[in-house]
Amino acid sequence: MADDALFRALADVSRRRLLDRLHVRNGQTLVELCEGLRMTRQAVTKHLAVLHAANLVTWQRVGRTKRHYLNPVPLHEIAERWIRKFERRRLSALSALKKHLEGDNR
Amino acid sequence: MSTASANRFVYVTYIRTTPQQLWAALTSADFTRQYWMGMRVEAEWRPGGSWRLLKPDGTLADAGEIIECEPGKRLVIRWRHEMTPELKAEGWSQCTMDLEPVGNAVKLTVTHRMEREGGRFIAAVAGGWPQVLSNLKSLLETGSTLLPTRY
Repeated sequence: MADDALFRALADVSRRRLLDRLHVRNGQTLVELCEGLRMTRQAVTKHLAVLHAANLVTWQRVGRTKRHYLNPVPLHEIAERWIRKFERRRLSALSALKKHLEGDNR
Repeated sequence: MSTASANRFVYVTYIRTTPQQLWAALTSADFTRQYWMGMRVEAEWRPGGSWRLLKPDGTLADAGEIIECEPGKRLVIRWRHEMTPELKAEGWSQCTMDLEPVGNAVKLTVTHRMEREGGRFIAAVAGGWPQVLSNLKSLLETGSTLLPTRY
């Protein structure tokens, strides 16, 4: 399931940190992403592969460099799938409550 | 080196559909208005043809020219904002849409880039794409407009 890969990818602080770094500056190379991190380059490469498999990070060759891009589309998809749904339920519960209370006053 | 990369955004979504259906969704005005914030696309779908994105009230939002047009595969648009003078003054961007079949889905890659550095237009358009693509996916996978409902 694509959702499983997505939630698994997000369930790791190092991977979330890499996403944050791309959010601050999109299109970084592996060397740039490794700067200032207390992780080996191999570890960063592994994390990027998991993020790529979950479609949260994509890469493109720009000139002679391989650049990494944050792909927020799957996050919008889970927001649609999960968050909006619960908001709707909460809103309809509130509107039912409102109707009930207002109904009592009339 | 790093500033140039900030002028490029790459978005990927996998949609359970066919390249033909996805192409129709990207190039038909009746379809775009359902997932693209009400916008209608109008174009002459051939290299050198004009391309326009219109708001629901008919205002011209963006305009440009088709650079490459391979139905079901690849679309490249030279794209400029037309409504807000400051954003229009930032000049041309280029948007590439690549469609690639993967199993029973199509991988859609949207690359939007601008030569100019530090532009507000590219940031604005980049902010809008994830929502548009997520709407497009849910419309194609669950909507009944073009496709039969699958669930």
